[in-house]
Amino acid sequence: MTSTPKIELSGVTKSFGNKTILRGFDLSINKGESLVIIGGSGSGKSVTLKCILGLLDIDEGSIKVDGKEAAHLKRGALDAHQSKFGMLFQGSALFDSLPVWRNVAFKIIQSPHMSTKEAKEHAIETLASVGLTADIGDLYPAELSGGMQKRVALARAIASKPEIIFFDEPTTGLDPIMADVINELIVKSVREVGATTMSITHDMASARKIADRIAMLYEGRIIWHGRKEEIDNSGNPYVDQFIHGRAEGPIKMQVRKA
Amino acid sequence: MNPLAIIGRALLDFLAIVGRLTRFLTRSVKMCFLPPFYPRQILRQFIDIGYFSLPVVGLTTLFTGMVLALQSHTGFSRFDAESAIPTVVVLSITRELGPVMAGLMVAGRIGASIAAELGTMRVTEQIDALSTLSTNPFKYLVAPRLIAGTLMLPLLVLVGDIIGVFGGFLVCVYDLQFNAANYISQTWEYLEISDVTSGLWKAAVFGFIIALMGAYQGFNSRGGAQGVGTATTNAVVSASILILVTNYLLTGLFFAGR
Ligand SMILES: Nc1ncnc2c1ncn2[C@@H]1O[C@H](COP(=O)(O)OP(=O)(O)OP(=O)(O)O)[C@@H](O)[C@H]1O
Ligand SMILES: [Mg+2]
Repeated sequence: MTSTPKIELSGVTKSFGNKTILRGFDLSINKGESLVIIGGSGSGKSVTLKCILGLLDIDEGSIKVDGKEAAHLKRGALDAHQSKFGMLFQGSALFDSLPVWRNVAFKIIQSPHMSTKEAKEHAIETLASVGLTADIGDLYPAELSGGMQKRVALARAIASKPEIIFFDEPTTGLDPIMADVINELIVKSVREVGATTMSITHDMASARKIADRIAMLYEGRIIWHGRKEEIDNSGNPYVDQFIHGRAEGPIKMQVRKA
Repeated sequence: MNPLAIIGRALLDFLAIVGRLTRFLTRSVKMCFLPPFYPRQILRQFIDIGYFSLPVVGLTTLFTGMVLALQSHTGFSRFDAESAIPTVVVLSITRELGPVMAGLMVAGRIGASIAAELGTMRVTEQIDALSTLSTNPFKYLVAPRLIAGTLMLPLLVLVGDIIGVFGGFLVCVYDLQFNAANYISQTWEYLEISDVTSGLWKAAVFGFIIALMGAYQGFNSRGGAQGVGTATTNAVVSASILILVTNYLLTGLFFAGR
């Protein structure tokens, strides 16, 4: 493989105060590839995505996007860097002062070539693709159920067809059928737009469906990564324990015994 | 710890806050002048800060003018100086009490609401979401509030001045049996344009301070509902103190050497 990876992280470290979250995170993702990160709760998956986006500043290491250094950017360059991304936040992060359709159309409506009417039509179409009807568009985020908010957030992340899309737990809180619809949609948006995606999920069915490659984060490092077909024969006891959801194994949960 | 270390630490903490605030201030002021502008946001703030603060400011200045007339009457009648009351009322209101009272009331109303709104957006990751939608949060959230605060407070104070003077007029004419025409002509007699404009300049500075402290505290709030609560309190307290201090400094500046 000679082409430069779309995203390349090497030796990334990040701490909050004296709590170290990432301790030498190495990973690269090729253009058009779909990577799923798995790992325990609180292991730093969401933090990793925010570091790549430049929402959090890393301590050491380098993050390259399209071969260009993207860590520690100044304001102007940071704006340009962030405009390549779409992100579905774990907590949805919808703008509660705006109706749903304005949330979805938030980025595209700012383009000078787009009238308000066209933007609204586009928003309604995008909402339809995540299984929401047009009348939802005029409601406010607080009037929606958690799963509906998640789908609106998903629509907002993909509406502008960004080059790179991050999905932070896209199917958490959805019923199994809707979860599968969302999985299909993620796969489709990667194929259609050629987007590069990074997703976080705890749902192994979803991971198997959307991933080309799976990487496992444990104690601040990627301890295993490989093609999704290889995950059942990873030979890595941590991965085995995680994908089978066993309490016994090398990963010890920080739970105090009574 | 020895006392020197405590003093040193406090000083360093203070300098760190001043430094952060200065950086926040320069960045937000720069964003007020760089496109894109968000007219919808600016308009919303104009209405929120200007129009909806009118009742509070009107009531405050009305009663301030009334009590001012009553108090100066009890004092001045002791040496037959009742004719100075209209001048005392109009000068006190336009120079000091109008801007300061309106400033403090708006600090409570608007400073708190800016801090609470932006604080909630911070802890629910809506501010992060703005960045990923190609929107600079300083331009979209902070600049409109600074612009509206700075432009609307002088207008509010101008209205407040008129109502305050009218309050004094009411008390004198209906309670203390002054001649209405005389009262009005005495109000005008010693009033100079600079008395009014100095108050309006003060108001502009106060409006800026209120919006700045609200936005700064909101932007830097951490950790859920409690963090937002703290940010709101801090915004109101710091804005009120800064208003009183800068009022003293500005009075010194405007009326020095007279
Ligand atoms: N802004 C912050 N300040 C301080 N600590 C933080 C901050 N953000 C995250 N952390 C800490 O970083 C660690 C990793 O958080 P992160 O949100 O990345 O977990 P995660 O892997 O996404 O977990 P989950 O699967 O539960 O979402 C947690 O221990 C959290 O307490
Ligand atoms: Mg997370």
